[in-house]
Amino acid sequence: MHDMSVQEHHHAPPTSFIRKHVFSLDHKVIGKQYYGLALIAAFFGMFLSWLMRIHLAWNNAPIPGLQLLSKAGAPGGVMTPEYYLQLMTMHGTIMVFFVLTTAPFAAFGNYFLPIQVGAEDMPFPRFNMMSFWVTFTAFVVLVSSFFLSDGPTLGGWTQYAPLNAVGAVAGPGQGLGVVLWMTSIALFCVGQLLGSLNFITTTLDLRVKGMSLMRLPLSAWAWFITSCMGLTAFAVLMPACILAILDHVAGTSFFVPSNLVINDQLQPHSGGSTLLWQHLFWFFGHPEVYIAIVPGLGIVSHVLLANMRKQMLSQRTLIYSMGALAVLSYMVYGHHMFVSGMNPYSSLAFSFPTLVITIPSTIVVLIWTFSLYGSKLRINSASLFALGFISMFVSGGVSGFFLAQPSIDIMLHATYFVVGHFHLVMGVAAMFGIFAGTYFWFPKMFGRFMNETLGRVHFWLSFVGAYCIFMPFHYLGMAGNVRRYASFVDDYLQPLIPVHRFITVAALCTGAAQLVFLYNLIHSRFWGKPAPDNPWEATSLEWSTPTTPPPFDNFGGKHPVVYHDPFQYGVQSSVGDYVMQTSPEQVATEHDEK
Amino acid sequence: MAKFFAVTIIVIAILSAIPILRHTWVAPEDISTHGALIDEQMSETMAEAGISFLAAQFILAIFIWKYSNPGPNAKVKQFPGGAKGLVIAAILVVGVEVMALGIFGVKAWANVYLQAPSADAMPVQVQAGQFAFYFRYPGPDGKFGTPHPELINEGTQNIFGLDPEHDVDARDDVVAAEMAIPVNKEIHLLMHTKDVGHSFYVRELRVQQDFVPGLDVTLHFTATKVGKYEIVCTQLCGLGHYNMKAYLEVMSQADFDNWLKQQAGQ
Repeated sequence: MHDMSVQEHHHAPPTSFIRKHVFSLDHKVIGKQYYGLALIAAFFGMFLSWLMRIHLAWNNAPIPGLQLLSKAGAPGGVMTPEYYLQLMTMHGTIMVFFVLTTAPFAAFGNYFLPIQVGAEDMPFPRFNMMSFWVTFTAFVVLVSSFFLSDGPTLGGWTQYAPLNAVGAVAGPGQGLGVVLWMTSIALFCVGQLLGSLNFITTTLDLRVKGMSLMRLPLSAWAWFITSCMGLTAFAVLMPACILAILDHVAGTSFFVPSNLVINDQLQPHSGGSTLLWQHLFWFFGHPEVYIAIVPGLGIVSHVLLANMRKQMLSQRTLIYSMGALAVLSYMVYGHHMFVSGMNPYSSLAFSFPTLVITIPSTIVVLIWTFSLYGSKLRINSASLFALGFISMFVSGGVSGFFLAQPSIDIMLHATYFVVGHFHLVMGVAAMFGIFAGTYFWFPKMFGRFMNETLGRVHFWLSFVGAYCIFMPFHYLGMAGNVRRYASFVDDYLQPLIPVHRFITVAALCTGAAQLVFLYNLIHSRFWGKPAPDNPWEATSLEWSTPTTPPPFDNFGGKHPVVYHDPFQYGVQSSVGDYVMQTSPEQVATEHDEK
Repeated sequence: MAKFFAVTIIVIAILSAIPILRHTWVAPEDISTHGALIDEQMSETMAEAGISFLAAQFILAIFIWKYSNPGPNAKVKQFPGGAKGLVIAAILVVGVEVMALGIFGVKAWANVYLQAPSADAMPVQVQAGQFAFYFRYPGPDGKFGTPHPELINEGTQNIFGLDPEHDVDARDDVVAAEMAIPVNKEIHLLMHTKDVGHSFYVRELRVQQDFVPGLDVTLHFTATKVGKYEIVCTQLCGLGHYNMKAYLEVMSQADFDNWLKQQAGQ
């Protein structure tokens, strides 16, 4: 039923190993490289969180073998406070940048965006290749700071000034450690800018005949919106990082004011502003939250559609809501700074857009949920994770009601409430989006199914486990448990330590469940059940490729022609209850985008 | 599997709500004049967030239960209310309620941040540094001595960099490692950091404010209950962050006067 126009201009795939697998220009290989990087980063980041959680729950207990990782950081296996903060900083940085940005956006987006618009590749394949290798270099630079004699920076993933700019005098890792962190993140920004540029151009310029913007799948819309955010957000963070590096190496004072005294030494800086860093950082940082989650919204919508076997209540509303989230994300960033010392009127000004952002978020959830009404929902690993995503997105989202209000933020700022909030909404939810995408697209990427039983085991342990970890974080925060403490020595915090122990046990178990996923991924890659071209009976272009996995130029030298929107489920066609975008067959349908 | 999933969602939602309803983990009792409004704002937000949370999880669970794996002859249908109804509901129910919360919450914020302290508020300076708070009282002359950053020296205990030899105002300044204040007396807190960013958090007082290097910020509050409370740092400031704390002692005016005399004598 696939109609391909006859314009043949077949591109031969590269034959050398290096061009094929290492410095590949193929968006699909680059997508898989991003996925691999995210996978390594995710397990590394998770391992760091295990060490942190064990230390928090059993403060002076030695962790066997930890001294081998860092003699100074863990003499006798007992973690020092500075090593705790260093692990925490690296955990946050690795997870936010190298997992939550790379996997849902750069990995899946690279692989599937060009195919979903019907293109052979991205418009700038060399930029695309550079984008990955620059990101990879950024990761290597970041991890290399573990090998410094005083370890990586301990300033947290937000790297607040002036701790990030005064140098080693402020603590271990604050000299070269910070410079490496800033270098890594500036490189990361370059990678994402190149990627965003490619994504935007792919979406706008490379759509095939018939593929109007409104006929793009929701996942493609999500990547497009995300790349627009990426282009503006990373463009702000990169110069901020460069300025911070200059404060270290060139004697400038962008982020350091006059008259600071550290260790009884008057610092040789003057005239800088610490709040400037916070403004620059959060102008990037809040959109970054949406850069992590919007691709998830798209992936989940895409996976749900194929598994509900019916149209969404309104795809346009979903697209507009994602767009609204993206625009609003720039107007709300000041809610990270309510008690930072900025003008208290600004706090009110930032509070209201933050409250308004609950509206598009609520609309997205309502559209999903009420689209389930009257569906023929198929339950499988992919749809379970997509539905789990909705549950997590709601749970993490409602705590935003609190943090959007400056008066309540007085109590909850910098507590575990915030940690619970962002872990659920941008950590766990985004991870669930990645998992849903993985179980859904794996058959297309590798021509084999993932093991369904293991997928379900993975889902159940992750779903229950994530709630056991992150719900109690909210309770701790409401009681006033401050975050970023290497141990809980305050009298007030002593009764809360059993809750931390519960969380640690849950984190260890949930983390172990991810090994099931890793095993499933690797095992299925080589020995999984072979998959047909369109195993889920889905409609979008990635399921129309002539082979599985798709050939080097995606459609075998032909340009597909698009006749329908990608939401045509629940119709009666010659192949079943769906009609593919490339099928010229006319079917009775409620509505078909032009 | 789907039905089990639906039940799991409901069980998790209910279990999550129980500690909230039972007040298992809550902020300690408020001892400030402005805190009641914050607490009220908190419980109203909790009610709204709680209802939204439970409603969303329950509806999700019900639809998963009802519509998963139907027979081969089942027909799909759309929700009769359509998307328009949901968008209007989102704007009217969630949007308006959340905005209303925000508008009512302004008063709680304004009490702390938009009103100037009264003229007879007692000034106390707090200086944060890695990893301790120090407090300074202006002494009988009511004037703080001028700090000189280059004179700060923890070895000689010149914490604030004072120069009593040349600065008359500095001579009677009282410096302490703990903060004492009289009960029911408005305090005008002058916040200064000598090095990096820190924060001043007293849970019972419903007060949290960052110190900004290079910019002195102020805060005002009135404590209404005698007692000893922890002041902790909530802004990551280096390796000793977790242990950066001081005590706030709220005492009767007479006890406070005695305390100040004792401190001045030291």
